[in-house]
Amino acid sequence: MTDVLARDLARARNPAVAARRAHRRRAAEARFRAASVAGTAVALLTLVVLLVALVGQGLDGLRATRVALDVAFDAATVDPDGTGDPAVIAKADFNALVKEALRARFPDVTTRQDRKRLNGLVSSGALYELRDMLLDDPGVIGTTQRVWLPASDDVDQFAKGHIDRAASEAERRVSDQEIAWLDALEADEALQTRFSRIFFTAGDSREPELAGIRGALVGSLLTMAVTAIIAFPLGVATAIYLEEFAPRNRWTDLIEVNINNLAAVPSIVFGLLGLAIFLNVVGLPRSAPLVGGLVLALMSLPVIIIAGRAALTAVPPSIREAARGVGASPLQVVAHHVLPLAMPGILTGTIIAMARALGETAPLLMIGMVAFVVDVPTGPMDAATVLPVQIYLWADSPERAFVGKTAAAIVVLLGFLITMNGVAVYLRRRFEVKW
Amino acid sequence: MLKQSTALAAVILAATAVAAEARDQIRIVGSSTVFPFSTAVAEEFGKTSGFKTPIVESTGTGGGMKLFCGGVGVDHPDITNASRVIKESEVKLCAENDVAEIVEVKIGFDGIVIANARASGQIDITLQQVFLALAKEVPVGGQLVANPFKTWSDIDGSLPDVAIEVLGPPPTSGSRDAFVELAMEGGCKGLPEIDALKESDEKRHKGVCQTIREDGAFVEAGENDNLIIQKLEANPDAFGVFGYSFLDQNLDRLQGSMIAGVEPTFEAIAAGDYPVSRSLYFYVKKAHLGVVPGIAEFVAEFTSDKAMGEEGYLAGKGLIPLPADVLDAVRSTASTMTPLAM
Repeated sequence: MTDVLARDLARARNPAVAARRAHRRRAAEARFRAASVAGTAVALLTLVVLLVALVGQGLDGLRATRVALDVAFDAATVDPDGTGDPAVIAKADFNALVKEALRARFPDVTTRQDRKRLNGLVSSGALYELRDMLLDDPGVIGTTQRVWLPASDDVDQFAKGHIDRAASEAERRVSDQEIAWLDALEADEALQTRFSRIFFTAGDSREPELAGIRGALVGSLLTMAVTAIIAFPLGVATAIYLEEFAPRNRWTDLIEVNINNLAAVPSIVFGLLGLAIFLNVVGLPRSAPLVGGLVLALMSLPVIIIAGRAALTAVPPSIREAARGVGASPLQVVAHHVLPLAMPGILTGTIIAMARALGETAPLLMIGMVAFVVDVPTGPMDAATVLPVQIYLWADSPERAFVGKTAAAIVVLLGFLITMNGVAVYLRRRFEVKW
Repeated sequence: MLKQSTALAAVILAATAVAAEARDQIRIVGSSTVFPFSTAVAEEFGKTSGFKTPIVESTGTGGGMKLFCGGVGVDHPDITNASRVIKESEVKLCAENDVAEIVEVKIGFDGIVIANARASGQIDITLQQVFLALAKEVPVGGQLVANPFKTWSDIDGSLPDVAIEVLGPPPTSGSRDAFVELAMEGGCKGLPEIDALKESDEKRHKGVCQTIREDGAFVEAGENDNLIIQKLEANPDAFGVFGYSFLDQNLDRLQGSMIAGVEPTFEAIAAGDYPVSRSLYFYVKKAHLGVVPGIAEFVAEFTSDKAMGEEGYLAGKGLIPLPADVLDAVRSTASTMTPLAM
C-alpha cells in the first residue's frame, strides 16, 4: 500500500508529468470558459433578436394612418332642431357626414360598388371621433372643418408598405381603384402615418385601427393588486409562523412538503380550483379581476411562503438571541428585528411570484377572463381581461394589422415586468443590511 | 393572520352580495370560429345601442354548450356560439338544468380551405384524394392497410411529386371536427371497400372514415391559424387546413386549393358550390329575455342587413352570408324568438 502511494508521489513530482497535467487542467478551464461565453452570447443574441423584432413591429403597431377630409358639419344632419342638445347630437348620423366628405373629395365616384369601397377607406370608428369632437365643441356645427380621421386597417397596412403594389390585384386586399384614391390623397398630403394615442386610450376592438391595450392594462393592474393584497400578507404570515413559531413535528413537516408540492402544481389546476370555489360555491361573477386575483394569489402563495422562509432562515440566529437577551418578547423579536432584516428577500420572492402570475393565461381561461371585453374596467368586479390574454387574442385574429398590435402589447407587458423587477431591485437595495 | 382571514372573508362576502345583484351586460360564450363575428357585432352593438358591450368568451363550441346549459339565472351565459348544430345530448343537458327554450339563429357559412404558399403551384384535388392522403387506413387492392402514400403523386399522377405534409388544427378544435366531417367523411364515400364496410361493421366504418393518420404526414399545428400561415410561407411544400377568413386576409401569400375544380372563393362558398363549408350558429336562452337587458336588441343587430346581410360588416370580416330567403327565415325566427322544438 505504502509502495503504491510512494510511487504515485514520485510520479506527481516528476516535472514532465506535472507540466502535462497542468496543461490539461488549463485546457479544460479554457474549454469551460469558452462554453460559458458561447452560452451567454447565444442567450444575449436571442434576447437582442427578440427585442429588436418586437420593438420594430411594436413601433409599427403604435403608428396609425389617418386621412384628412373636409367634413361639413351640416346643421340639418347633426342638429336638425337647432337646440344644441348633446343628447340629440350624440344620436345624429355621423356616418353620413363621413360618406358625404368622401363623396365631396372624389365626386366622380358614382356606382354603388365603388362608393362602398370608397367609404371603406375610412375606419368605422371615424364617426365616433366626429361625434366626440362635436360634443366637445358644438361651435363647429354649420362649418366645414379639415379633420384627420382614422383609416381602415387595410389602408393602414398599405400606407406602411405591408401590401405589395406590384402584386396582382386579386392577391392583395387593396384594389387598383383604392390605390388610385390613396395616391390622390397622398399627393394632397391628406394621408399620414404617425404615432397614435388610440393604442393607449382605447379598450379592445375587432378593428385593429381602433384596438387599444388600456382595458387589458387596467385589468392586469386590478388583478395584480388583488393578488398582492391577498398573497403577500398571507404568505408572509405563514412563512413567519412556520419558521419562527411552529413546533417541528410531523404535522409541520407534512405542511412543508405540501407547500413545496403546491409550488410545482401546473397553473391550470388553480384555475379549476377557482372555478369550483369562487364561481360555483361563492358565486362571484365570471371574468372579474377579483376572481382572477384570488386564483393567482393561490398560485403565488407557495412561492412567497418558500421565499419568505428562506429569507427568514438567512437572518443570523445571533440577531434573535441578542433581541431576546435585551428582553424582547417573541413577537417583538420577529416584528422588530427578524422581519425587517428578511424583508428584502421576501419582497424579491413576492415580486418574482407576481411576475409569474402576471404572465399567466391558463388559470384565467377557466374563470372566463379569456374574453372580448371592450369597456375599460373600473373596479375589481367589472368584466376584464389581462395583458397576456390580450396578446393571445390578438395573435389569433385574422386581420394582418393585429400583428403590430400584438408586438406592441408584448412590449407593454415586458415594460410592466421590467417595472415590477425594478421595484424589487429598488426595495432590496433600500432595505438590504450587510453583516 | 386572524385579521387577514377576516379581511379576506369580508371581501368575499361583499363580493357575493354584489354578485347576487342583477346583471346588466350580455354574456356570450362558445365557438372560437364564431368569436371574430360575435365580437364584431358585440362591439357595434355596444357603440350604437346604449346598452353595455356584451362580454364574449372564446370557449369552443362544446365548452360553450356546457356553460350555456348549466342553468337559468344571471350566473349562466345568455348566448352561446356554435360552429355546428346543437347535439341531442346537449339539448338533454339543457333540459335537465331547466333551460327549456332555446332559440337557434343561423348566421352564415364558413369554408374550410386547404391552402399552400403562392410560391408553389395551385392544385386541384378531390375529396377522395384528400381522404387517401390523410386517412390512417386506406383501401389498397381490396384490403384496408396503414396509409402507404408518401407523396401526393403516389395517389394520383396529376398531383405534385412532393411529400404529403399537411398542417391542421388539433382534435380540440371545431375546425378539425368540421374538416373530418365534411372532407374526410365526404371523401370516404364512394370507395367500394369502405362502402362495403358500412354494411358489415358500421362502427369500424366510422373509425376508418374519421381517423387522421398519425405518421407525421398530418401535423397538428395548434389552434392558432396565423401560426399555420407563417409555417406555410416558410415551407412551400406543405399544405394547411384552416378557416376561409384567414385565407381571405392572406391572399397575397397563400392560395386555396381547388376541391373538385371549385376554388374556395367568397362567391363559391356562398353559392354552396365549394364542398367543405359549414354553417355557423348562435343559441339564445329565452328565459333570459327581459332579465338581462338588451338580448332582443343584440339578436336584432346580429341579424340585421347591416351586419349579416350580403354587404354587411360581417362579410367584411370573412363570414359568408346566408342566401336571401334563408336570411329572411332566420330573421323571422329571431324576431319572434321561436324556440327549437325539443
